[in-house]
Amino acid sequence: MTVLPVVLPIVIGLLAAALALSAWRLLKGPSAPDRVLALDTLYINALALLVALGVWLDTSLYFEVALLIGLLGFVGTVVVATFLLRGRIVP
Amino acid sequence: MNTSIALWAELIIAALALFGAAFTLIGSWGLAKLGDFGKRLHGPTKATTLGVGCVLIASMLWFGLTGTPSLHELLITVFMFVTAPVSAHLMIKAAMKLDRELRPPPPPR
Repeated sequence: MTVLPVVLPIVIGLLAAALALSAWRLLKGPSAPDRVLALDTLYINALALLVALGVWLDTSLYFEVALLIGLLGFVGTVVVATFLLRGRIVP
Repeated sequence: MNTSIALWAELIIAALALFGAAFTLIGSWGLAKLGDFGKRLHGPTKATTLGVGCVLIASMLWFGLTGTPSLHELLITVFMFVTAPVSAHLMIKAAMKLDRELRPPPPPR
């Protein structure tokens, strides 16, 4: 156990930087599809951050959280993109 | 983190996690930097899928080697690989509907 305690904070820092960049695009994005794409990237980055945090803390508690984030984020992206495409959600 | 595993396994896990995090950062950087929605869609949808896949494989190796193997990561990986193209397709369709300049030109007569 010599390498991982050094590497995992770097990994978590890189993922947090990715999260900050996509949040910046979410706040700035000129059009609505830009914001949807930024939100999609944001939840994927949050999922990766949670998995890395689970390795860092050596607990398998976060897998259900990551799975839930992935599922609900996908549903949210589909719903918002369908709304932008058709003007209503139910076809 | 007080469990100990072999050094080579630790090195593989560290390399996979670093590679995945770097790819995720590159994807989000492309999202923040590029200038057009069509260009911006490329970064996150490709690089982020690979990055998250690598982080999940690293996590799977770690929990498999420390004695508590689980199939959750595999489930998340399969789910991500299935859903990422679908959401990207829907987003580019919505963008093409809203922005006339993203649509391809009509064919010549």
